[in-house]
Amino acid sequence: MHIPDGYLSPQTSGVLLAAMTPIWIRASQKVKRTLQARNVPLMALGAAFTFTIMMFNVPIPGGTTAHAVGGTLVAIALGPWAATIAVTIALVVQAIFFGDGGILAIGANCFNMAFVLPFVGYYVYKTIASRINPNPRYKWLAAGIGSYVGINAAALVAAIEFGIQPALFHTAQGVPLYSPYPLSVTIPAMTIPHLLVAGVVEAIVTAGVVAYLQRSGEPLFNQGRKQVDTARSVDTAAQS
Amino acid sequence: MCSGKAKGRLKLWLGLLVMIVLTPLGLLASGTAWGEWGSDEIKSLVGFIPKGLQRFSDLWKAPLPDYSFKGWEGAPFLHSAFAYIASAVVGVAVVLGMTYLLGWLLAKSKENNG
Repeated sequence: MHIPDGYLSPQTSGVLLAAMTPIWIRASQKVKRTLQARNVPLMALGAAFTFTIMMFNVPIPGGTTAHAVGGTLVAIALGPWAATIAVTIALVVQAIFFGDGGILAIGANCFNMAFVLPFVGYYVYKTIASRINPNPRYKWLAAGIGSYVGINAAALVAAIEFGIQPALFHTAQGVPLYSPYPLSVTIPAMTIPHLLVAGVVEAIVTAGVVAYLQRSGEPLFNQGRKQVDTARSVDTAAQS
Repeated sequence: MCSGKAKGRLKLWLGLLVMIVLTPLGLLASGTAWGEWGSDEIKSLVGFIPKGLQRFSDLWKAPLPDYSFKGWEGAPFLHSAFAYIASAVVGVAVVLGMTYLLGWLLAKSKENNG
């Protein structure tokens, strides 16, 4: 799902980078407000986890590969805004050090994998866990379903970005300048591998780790509860 | 209870370490991800290299291209597995460093702004 340079027109890359900029700013503000100092190592671990899991290419029938991302898992543990930052860091390092995903395309790749993926995944999880089945014993199932929907939403958005290129950017003779395949090709090519293989891996890993986190007493992200630094709340209590 | 959580976190870090060691499993899947082909591959797929794609595709030369060392394309599996693990170690180290730094900066600016 890492779009290399040259597949998207500079205009497309520019629009997605422009869309991503306020999201990054908002993510920094949100994380600044909610991040507890003791959770910084957990966020670093989450970013390193998404970096590493993306290296596990899984074979797709037809001779291509895909991989899980782990963004929904980070969102469930630390909140979707923290996931945006964690996955962004992983994607930036992948692009700069390993040429995995383009430099111009960094806004597009972050939009797909660091924004669409964790947010769709997290809100599907949250809807299931809070409305459909609030029993905490089934959170792992909500997490698995959420992560599956999240990675497939990201694959679909990437497919649309690829697929609009030949219609929008071509020579006077109609020869494509960038990614040459239309939506009718890109949508099945991107979504089927994620629906059938990568999404299943994503769901199994997310459900498994969420079950583990719950068992080991690690609190999952909870938007309703105000997250305050433990040290500061002790200070406030002492002052009053 | 607190120690149980600390133990749980230690296990998460150990899990990351195990993942790094196992990354070469990701090399067993042959082929390129859809839409991530190099110029040669796209030429064999569609018969030509789109002009804009050609112009931008080599914009950036990564120091460890495709999680390997330069000139190690087509190296035997053990070599590429070693390069893949080395890439994972480098990548994880940089990712951890960047996230800690950012987390520290955000936490610090929170202290200053109240």
